[in-house]
Amino acid sequence: MKRLVLITISCCAFGTAYSGGYRAALQGQKAMGMGHTGVALGESAETVFFNPAGMPLLEDNASFTAGVTLVNSNIEYYSRETNARAKTDNPISTPISLYYSRKHSEQLSYGLGIYTPFGSTVEWPADWAGSHLVNKINLAAIFVQPTIAWKFNDKYSVGLGLNYASGGVKFDRNLNTSLTNANGDRSKVTLDASGVEAFGANLGFMAKVSDKMRIGVNYRTEIMLEAEGQSADFENVPGALATTFTDTTFSADIPLPAELTLGLSYQVDDKTTLAVDVNFTEWSAYDELRIDFDNAAPTSVNPRGYEDTTTFRVGVQHHRNEKWTLRGGVYYDQSPVVSGLFAPETPRGDNSALTVGATYNRSPRLAFDVSAFTLLSGEVTNSYDQYAESDGTLSPFGGTYLSSANGIGFGVSYNY
Amino acid sequence: MLMVLSGCDSSIDTAGSDQYSSGDADFSTLVTVGDSLTAGYADSALYRNGQEASYPAIVAGQLNKIAPITFTQPLVDDNTGGLLLGGTPITTIGNRLVLAAGADGALAPAPIEGTPSTEIGVPLVGPFNNVGIPGAKSFHLVTPNYGDATGLLAGTANPYFVRFASAASTTVLADAAGQQPTFFTLWIGNNDTLSYATGGGVGVDQTGNADAATYGAADITDPTLFAGVYNTVVTALTGNGAKGVLINLPDVTSIPFFTTVPHNAIPLDADTATFVNGEFANYNGGLLAAEAATAITADERAARTITFAAGNNAALISDESLTDLTGSGLPNYRQATAEDYILLTTLGALGTLAEPGNPASVIGVAVALTDAQVLTAAEVELASAANAAYNATIAAIADASPDLALYDAAAAQQVLATTGVKYGTGGITAVFARGGGFSLDGVHPTERGYAVIANDIMGVIEDNFGATIPRVDPGSYRTVYTN
Repeated sequence: MKRLVLITISCCAFGTAYSGGYRAALQGQKAMGMGHTGVALGESAETVFFNPAGMPLLEDNASFTAGVTLVNSNIEYYSRETNARAKTDNPISTPISLYYSRKHSEQLSYGLGIYTPFGSTVEWPADWAGSHLVNKINLAAIFVQPTIAWKFNDKYSVGLGLNYASGGVKFDRNLNTSLTNANGDRSKVTLDASGVEAFGANLGFMAKVSDKMRIGVNYRTEIMLEAEGQSADFENVPGALATTFTDTTFSADIPLPAELTLGLSYQVDDKTTLAVDVNFTEWSAYDELRIDFDNAAPTSVNPRGYEDTTTFRVGVQHHRNEKWTLRGGVYYDQSPVVSGLFAPETPRGDNSALTVGATYNRSPRLAFDVSAFTLLSGEVTNSYDQYAESDGTLSPFGGTYLSSANGIGFGVSYNY
Repeated sequence: MLMVLSGCDSSIDTAGSDQYSSGDADFSTLVTVGDSLTAGYADSALYRNGQEASYPAIVAGQLNKIAPITFTQPLVDDNTGGLLLGGTPITTIGNRLVLAAGADGALAPAPIEGTPSTEIGVPLVGPFNNVGIPGAKSFHLVTPNYGDATGLLAGTANPYFVRFASAASTTVLADAAGQQPTFFTLWIGNNDTLSYATGGGVGVDQTGNADAATYGAADITDPTLFAGVYNTVVTALTGNGAKGVLINLPDVTSIPFFTTVPHNAIPLDADTATFVNGEFANYNGGLLAAEAATAITADERAARTITFAAGNNAALISDESLTDLTGSGLPNYRQATAEDYILLTTLGALGTLAEPGNPASVIGVAVALTDAQVLTAAEVELASAANAAYNATIAAIADASPDLALYDAAAAQQVLATTGVKYGTGGITAVFARGGGFSLDGVHPTERGYAVIANDIMGVIEDNFGATIPRVDPGSYRTVYTN
């Protein structure tokens, strides 16, 4: 039975499953089916991400799993005050995950994870009402994580992964609320940073409290993407201002915040497992977005003031028979965005999601996973109050946002 | 599982804002009558983008969301501005202004380069719902042959109306009322004082003379003539039972054309001030002599005495209303006060040398600003008095009929000039070039300014006729263009 579970577990990597901010919690198809829990499971190679300490607990000698999720997410904007409306036209995003775990000995396991935990693409119509804040933003980061884990005894194990992160961000917005060239085209800037590299760590601890219960702790360090010397292109800038807004390079720091997750799993019976995770994310690292241009253009300081968040996740897994495993889950996700700093880059409030998943065991070794989620978040009415016009007066930008997101993921697992 | 994905076809609850209604009004044939402010004129020109953001175009676009209507405008052919007559540019009508870097790198309004392509010699086939004629005064609406090309040279015809008049002999009013409007807006009378004011008060106040045939282009229209014309126009426009909005006239001194240049914008150091004062010693002495000879009062002598000091100084101006002492060799000079308005168009000349190379010919210090460069306090009073009389007429006519609503543009303009207008995601003020409310001619609104006016007018229509009309987001409209 355990073998079946492991095989199926491959991929719940949700493309943009949303953990608030620009975190895309979709790092395993099996986990996704269970509300993206997994810190105290240790049942599939997905544990390389969720808790490296689970690697020695895997049943097979070697476990491999890979998955991809197709995520469709959009946001609608409406202002009662100005009657302005807009709707994003976001492309389908495709977060991926790939994990491998192998036992070197009863005690020592090693493995590798490749996954995309941060990602957000928001594409508003050009020159929409909030175009001075953002027209388009695309953030992507891929993590490569070589990992080792050590099992002390039947009860305790630990794991350590080193994260190599490579990220990029593309950000496009109008220079302000009114500047146009002589043709009346709005002046805008496009920031494009790519190949920004950084390092971090993924630490895990797992304990078997009883035959039926496991607890786990997972900590992922903050990774600061420091973009330097990346390209900033100015478009539709009036000739008279061309010497100020020349195409240039810029620097900006984007934090990928630290996360601490505590988890518990409970074997209800032979066929059913329950998992609960509580995740704390240190979003307060994202205090402001500061863009230093290497030309005469003024430094762009954009207060964000994110707050730390807590996410609650619950999942259940049921082995229906030899061929099929079914999963279901739910999570409640706090938004790191505070009132008054609600920028249309990541305009989401607190939200909840329902997830489901299944595994089909083709053979004891080969299994296929599928998972799906849908966001239950409703409308949020809020504003970004810190936008300053050139004369220093603040022009709040607010309205009602309705976000929708849903996705479907596919995975494959192979154990031997 | 797949069904979960397909769901989610939600939409923002707009709380019934899609339930728009025309109320008691019938907008099926909307006709808008007026001058440059109705035409969508901005930046000293009539150009395509401005017309597309004229307040009539914006209002019509929103009324169209209640029930489809057709609203046509006599759109020009380009965004250059300017007009052609028989293929030749009309020299008195310039291209639109854009902010451009001057020789010193500072941004200042300048005409955009380009050759106009809008020909007025081949009249357009109408009718056009937007009958806004840049430059039109009240009485021009009822003046035959105002659209007759043969009157262009003599100045009896208006090139903008020539372009789309239905016939040479027609009147603006005939072309408007002939469309049998079901709803109209009327915003006329701005130029009846504005041409006088923007000309620095060189024209004549014709109050008491109701014969427009005797008027010069920069004269103030007789309020009695205005009232007669206005009644005629409203009667014709309501002939078909139309409802409408009458729009009153902002005071000329609330626009940046008059309020941008301070009266005391001339910085001098102590040495220069002493030198200049020496130059005016004879003039000041002559005033004292004239006072002693009772040719002028002590008040006038004091008002005319020229004193410069270190710091910012009031400009030297020529005021024809002062007692004529030229026989004694004393010109009509005094220094400006806060009640005088130095014209925006004078800004370029102020502080420059009247005679190149002669440092003693600084305009505003040694050489007085001319009558045409300043709207003096006395001239302001004449314009404001006439404007107040026009507004009283408009208010009385609006009051007399439940079918007529009044949009108090004068009050709205005061708000814009004093506190600015906020619209949710931003705001506009009347600060020249930077405030977002006024285009670069300092007289006409920007597209964003017109959007605010359009929203106001929609509010007036709602309040008076029970309609429910969706507003526009002014922030999505342009302000000044920078080259």
